[in-house]
Amino acid sequence: MSLTTLLAAMPGAISQGVIWGIMAIGVYITYKVLDFSDLTVDGSICTGAAVCVVLMINGVSLPIAMVAAVAAGMLTGLVTGLFHTFMGIPAILAGILTQLSLYSVNLKIMGKANQAINARNYDLLVSMQKLRNVPFYENTIFIVLLFSAVMIAVLYWFFGTEAGCSLRATGSNLNMSRAQGINTNFNKVLGLMISNGIVALAGALLAQYQGFAEVQMGRGAIVIGLAAVIIGEALFGKIFRNFALRMVSVILGGIVYYIVYQTVILFGLDPDLLKMLSALVVATFLAVPHWKNKWFAKPAKKGGTDHA
Amino acid sequence: MLEIRNVSKTFNPGTINAKTALDNLNLTLNAGDFVTVIGGNGAGKSTMLNAIAGVWKPDAGSIHIDGTNVTGMPEYRRARFLGRVFQDPMMGTAADMGIEENLALALRRGQRRTMRWGITASEREMYREKLKMLNLGLENRMTSKVGLLSGGQRQALTLLMATLKQPKVLLLDEHTAALDPKTAALVLQLSDQIIRENNLTTLMITHNMHDAIQHGNRLIMMHEGHVILDISGEAKKKLTVEELLEQFSVASGKQFASDRALLS
Repeated sequence: MSLTTLLAAMPGAISQGVIWGIMAIGVYITYKVLDFSDLTVDGSICTGAAVCVVLMINGVSLPIAMVAAVAAGMLTGLVTGLFHTFMGIPAILAGILTQLSLYSVNLKIMGKANQAINARNYDLLVSMQKLRNVPFYENTIFIVLLFSAVMIAVLYWFFGTEAGCSLRATGSNLNMSRAQGINTNFNKVLGLMISNGIVALAGALLAQYQGFAEVQMGRGAIVIGLAAVIIGEALFGKIFRNFALRMVSVILGGIVYYIVYQTVILFGLDPDLLKMLSALVVATFLAVPHWKNKWFAKPAKKGGTDHA
Repeated sequence: MLEIRNVSKTFNPGTINAKTALDNLNLTLNAGDFVTVIGGNGAGKSTMLNAIAGVWKPDAGSIHIDGTNVTGMPEYRRARFLGRVFQDPMMGTAADMGIEENLALALRRGQRRTMRWGITASEREMYREKLKMLNLGLENRMTSKVGLLSGGQRQALTLLMATLKQPKVLLLDEHTAALDPKTAALVLQLSDQIIRENNLTTLMITHNMHDAIQHGNRLIMMHEGHVILDISGEAKKKLTVEELLEQFSVASGKQFASDRALLS
């Protein structure tokens, strides 16, 4: 394998990395902000892809198809949210139940296990055929970066508003939130809807990029999302403290993940092993804080502090 | 201001673990009453406060705050009437958010959370002034995450948050019990000051009989889910711990069974 092959693969890796980074921002909102491990995303990413592709095949324009994809994603978040708040099902199980039912739903949306959409016949926003030899404003890397920039700006604004602050408080401390008059159940559902809407948007972009939607495409999405969040945090956590920059680091985490992914494939690693390796990498990173506390913790300071 | 009428609550009813925590409880607080609550373990003190706050619905009876029947109102909705400080200093603040962000959340208690900016510049000045009153130096750390503060600092902040927007009733649930003695005294003195200055109607649970006698204008003692002793005015001022213990055994027919209360 030559360096040129590797370099040639980079634009593709970066584009996919940004798309998965957008998806990981959805994961970030549930996992980090809301403190809710939401497994819905494995299904909702495919729902977004399926809705977008099927609508476009049926002659619906691209913007409407993408808005519909986001709406469908938000609907999946609503279902998980109601499973959890209204029906009292534990967070992880609520997500798994939605994810499982989405497998059937996604099959029904597509009518079969996969649906192709070709950039030659449809006017797609992003595509692996639009990485080179197109004006920069049609270049897929430019467009996905533009998408993530706008999304980060909107989310940064939202989480600074009264409503957004109350959502962050809900993730930080349920008791305190309720004592301060915050409807925590509403906020959980809202957070899940925003998160899965973003994930479905990433699904719609991914389907266009690769030229098809496929019922298995979401398998392990949560792990890739977590990997992007964790890699971003590990590499940039020390310098990126502001909320907007943290989301930027999630996108960067997605890019790093895909560059590594492409590189190991080009080095001849069996692609069948990749999901296992991703899972192990995430497991290791999740274990680090636990191990730190257990074996490397400094003894707690005894005695009063300055201001008690 | 606060009226508890015939409220009962049994946890795990119909099982071997059934526990009647509140048994036909009646209590009325007038506006401006500062009531200290004492009682042994399992007397129903915290359960009473949770019933008022709406953590769950009582099995029977009704609760009224300032003339509004709040019995069936969810916890987050009746929060607009209530200021609450919990025993656990971790419970009253959002650790992942800044000091000023926590205060901004508290200032909007009982209001709709809109799409307006979550904190304004003029608020910040007000928070700085209020934090100065605490004398803990928090006014210089307004953007620090609350998780970095000590238990005492967090509890003082929670107290400020509970009273930032004047509550109809302030509920203090053994809010100094988890603090070291020096800090506990400081937080208690702050509570007293804030309650007096704002003339707040207050229910304060304490396990310390001296504190219960020293603070407030009225003292109630709970036993087996209802009030067995209610002393106010001049009679309360003259009260001693020994008398209180004696009154307890007369009223309940038992010895006061809380080592913690006796030792402190």
